[in-house]
Amino acid sequence: MILGLETSCDETAAALVTDDARIVSNVVSSQAELHARYGGVVPEIASRRHLELVVPVVREALTEADASLDDVTRVAVTRGPGLIGALLVGLSAAKAIAWARRLPLIAVDHLHGHVASLFLEPDAAEPPFLCLLASGGHTLLLDVRDHSGFRVLGTTLDDAAGEAFDKGARLLGLGYPGGAEIDRLAREGDAEAYDFPVARVPGLDFSFSGLKTALLYKVRELPPEELATRRADLAASYQRAIVTALLGRTSEAAKQIGAERIAVVGGVAANSELRVGLPGAFLAPLPLCTDNAAMIASAGRFLEGIPYPRYLALDAYASLAA
Amino acid sequence: MEHVSSSPEETERIASGVAAELRPGDVVTVSGELGSGKTTFVRGACRALGVEGPVTSPTFTVGHRYRGHVDVSHLDLYRFEAVSPAEWGDLEPYFDGAVCFVEWPEAAGAGLPDPRFRVHMGHAGKDRRTISLEPC
Repeated sequence: MILGLETSCDETAAALVTDDARIVSNVVSSQAELHARYGGVVPEIASRRHLELVVPVVREALTEADASLDDVTRVAVTRGPGLIGALLVGLSAAKAIAWARRLPLIAVDHLHGHVASLFLEPDAAEPPFLCLLASGGHTLLLDVRDHSGFRVLGTTLDDAAGEAFDKGARLLGLGYPGGAEIDRLAREGDAEAYDFPVARVPGLDFSFSGLKTALLYKVRELPPEELATRRADLAASYQRAIVTALLGRTSEAAKQIGAERIAVVGGVAANSELRVGLPGAFLAPLPLCTDNAAMIASAGRFLEGIPYPRYLALDAYASLAA
Repeated sequence: MEHVSSSPEETERIASGVAAELRPGDVVTVSGELGSGKTTFVRGACRALGVEGPVTSPTFTVGHRYRGHVDVSHLDLYRFEAVSPAEWGDLEPYFDGAVCFVEWPEAAGAGLPDPRFRVHMGHAGKDRRTISLEPC
């Protein structure tokens, strides 16, 4: 079995995945504890949190799987991109486990991990496909030709789609997580009520910051009583603009590379309007859309491991460009 | 110094003027409400410092570090209520050996290293933004 570890951002996660892509256990710290999140603010975003949680989370993943470290044959871990201190906690823990057990270590790119959430059973997707990766931190269109990597076709030039949802929710006075709140409220609203701009940028890139500003101006311009009664219409129209941008660029990209199939991963894949707009697309199950370690173990299945003990000097990387 | 920008391009141009005065180790705080152009300002400065490729909002990722003519860090404390000592431990590497831009610096309180410039962005209707540059 492959032990996966993920600590690139807020979540401390560990998972066990078999060599034939079945998830045996998949533990994410925020599921296990009551995280008091409000207004998009998390209590502490520190590697110390990861440090406190990484061993319990690994232990929990083993317990849930009714397994021990004897059953682990490889360790896969997120090497980047992410917050450097947070990444180092997962990387160091993975090195320690692999080294103590004389196991190979597999360094996984977080974004490749998101794509690999689609390679897990029971409904594993087969490349080639076009992949839209949309989360709080990233919005990318990826040409996925095989299991081991991808080519970036387009990216956001400013805000990520998930961030646009989150900040839009904040402007509308909604709770956290903002994407789910807007999605819920939008069902009661008229998506044609307000005309929010769908940014046109060259190529296959995205831009969402102008949309956020347009919502801000609309919220400011409406009299308070109208704002209170039309919040659902605002949410629906705003969501429509984000989803239209995602769908539009995705279909342009599909045409450009001749992709016959489309996949969506990342937290925004949970959005109901986006899911309806992409009938027949590969969609990862919701728990695998947000950050988790099963996807890291899944990516690890298709990558060369670094043999014991050559990974001890391996460093994390913070940025996409590394 | 007060500027009024009437486009994102102009905001980037004003930022590049600030960038010309920056060296590794310098900190620039960039304040202003949602949509006031903070990330656009940082992008302009990054371009002037030789950073190629997308310069995107680090709201969810917290920090980005780019390689240009010099190293450039871009932090965003939007999701922080306050910055605990443990969180400082995570942010410190971004200040080391880099020009560091900090969006939503208010959460850091007095804990931030002394900035070279404080930038305040404001809405002035449609695409217009006020940009106040305060050398420190």
